Amino acid sequence: MDLSIAMTGFVALYVFMLAAFAGWVIIGNVPAILHTPLMSGSNFVHGIVVVGGLFALLNATTHLEQAIGFFAVLLGAGNAAGGYAVTDRMLAMFKTSDASPRRKHASHGRHRAHGHKKS
Amino acid sequence: MFTQASQLIIGAADLGAAFLFLFGLKRMSSPATAASGIRMAGLGMVAAVAASFLYVFSVDPAARPHLAVNIGLALVALGVGGAGAWFVGRKVAMTAMPQMVAIYNGMGGGAAGAIAAVELFGARTHGATQLVVTLLGALIGAVSLSGSLIAWAKLDGVIKNPLRVKGQQFANAAVMLATVAVGALIVSAGHAPGGLLLATPTWIWIFFAGALVFGVLMTLPIGGADMPVVISIYNAFTGLAVGLEGFVLQNPALMIAGMVVGAAGLLLTVLMARAMNRSIANVLFTNFGTPAKAKPGAIQGTERSVEASDAGIAMRYATSVIIVPGYGLAAAHAQQKLYEFVKLLQAAKVSVKFAIHPVAGRMPGQMDVLLAEAGVPYDMIFQLDDINDDFAAADVALVIGANDVVNPAARTDKSSPIFGMPILNADKAKQVYVVKRGQGKGYSGIVNALFYSPNCEMVYGDAQAVLVKMIEAVRGLGLAAAA
Repeated sequence: MDLSIAMTGFVALYVFMLAAFAGWVIIGNVPAILHTPLMSGSNFVHGIVVVGGLFALLNATTHLEQAIGFFAVLLGAGNAAGGYAVTDRMLAMFKTSDASPRRKHASHGRHRAHGHKKS
Repeated sequence: MFTQASQLIIGAADLGAAFLFLFGLKRMSSPATAASGIRMAGLGMVAAVAASFLYVFSVDPAARPHLAVNIGLALVALGVGGAGAWFVGRKVAMTAMPQMVAIYNGMGGGAAGAIAAVELFGARTHGATQLVVTLLGALIGAVSLSGSLIAWAKLDGVIKNPLRVKGQQFANAAVMLATVAVGALIVSAGHAPGGLLLATPTWIWIFFAGALVFGVLMTLPIGGADMPVVISIYNAFTGLAVGLEGFVLQNPALMIAGMVVGAAGLLLTVLMARAMNRSIANVLFTNFGTPAKAKPGAIQGTERSVEASDAGIAMRYATSVIIVPGYGLAAAHAQQKLYEFVKLLQAAKVSVKFAIHPVAGRMPGQMDVLLAEAGVPYDMIFQLDDINDDFAAADVALVIGANDVVNPAARTDKSSPIFGMPILNADKAKQVYVVKRGQGKGYSGIVNALFYSPNCEMVYGDAQAVLVKMIEAVRGLGLAAAA
């Protein structure tokens, strides 16, 4: 069984095209109120580059490659961890009026009660 | 055996990560689900990073002897980079968010460039296509790294003024062309150790140096007010670089994540440029920020001022108030006081809404985050298109720390530099109060016709001090009524 993934030429271009399209459509649906967390969140997503950095570092054979690979993992890990930290912090701040238990505006039926999950 | 099993696990983890990234971003389409969305994406990231250590079972035979050292280096880099950025990200002030996004973004670009460097120095690429794609990713990643660092320096106030010299654009173009030419040279040399004139590794160093210098040169002349657009472009750049390096490494998770972010960054850039009524090329290649010549005589009337306490009491007896906050509010650290005042109004049965312009704050959506931080529920916050028709029916529009985004000249005055920019129709409210530090112009240097309109009164003073006076005045009323 061959599990390796070989992606060349048009297959790679199809993947790129579909991913770009998905990104455009998904992000187009994000309301302006969330644009800052969205930017830091998409910033976090390209932190996946750390995986490529790990691959390069683990396969390094010379001191130069080791140094650059170390640099790649260091920066990639910073991108991922930092992007997650700020995005998560920002999103935790967004609350509805109903979320605060002290003041109840029961008559505010304008906003549908969404199944509010907290974990 | 180990090789196959590890390949299976890595493949499954990367597939899962790609799915969770897409699904997580999808959940960001509502504030109610967004927090769970980022957690899903985070889970995908952890899985992918953990699984990538299984690469140890399938490393190059040449790298076997170094494996122990490499694993150690990887763990140290992950720990130091991850923990450091996490610690800073947890502590940074919300007003400093644009700088942080810039710096994390630069890190991603740098990582993509560094991966390309390992591939290039190790001569690991197969064929011209892979070599070209590697170089392209390296170029974009390196530009994103150095450009983001300059953007950070500008947003953080380390670099104060845009640096502009004559012929700069030609110099930038020359550096770019030279870098691309060096890239072409590297491709034509293939993996021949000799290369032309210099050894290939030397050319690779020159290539990276050129790309880094270009990123710096390209960003230096852009004004501070345009930095949000620039960050968004570099975000797209880093995504693109990551996607391209994903192709080189034959890792579809990197390809998908990178391209999704590339498209997302491009879309955000377009939206932002549209909200500023400018083209992306205009932001990047023209020197905005030189104050426009004000046209005296075009505006009739005078600025009239009112006491903060009187304005506060008038709002207490209004039926509906729409608040237009701008970055000046955050600069005065007055969001908490504003929400305190709003709660007083709400207790007196006044309907209060917040109206946010797309470019309020220093990056799109930053004003929303700053209000959320102060505890304002997001169902009170409305965006331009959703609220603009409500101003006509509102008793009071309270403009606080905002200027250009409520300038009616954008609708009527064809000679105004902001003509055509979508604005909030604050001037259509029955009464407008503008809280402002003093008489003066916005960052664009444009005279605001709203201030001279008959239904507008100015409340001069620091936003925080003004709000304290308003709160006291309204509280005083309550006491008087109770007595």
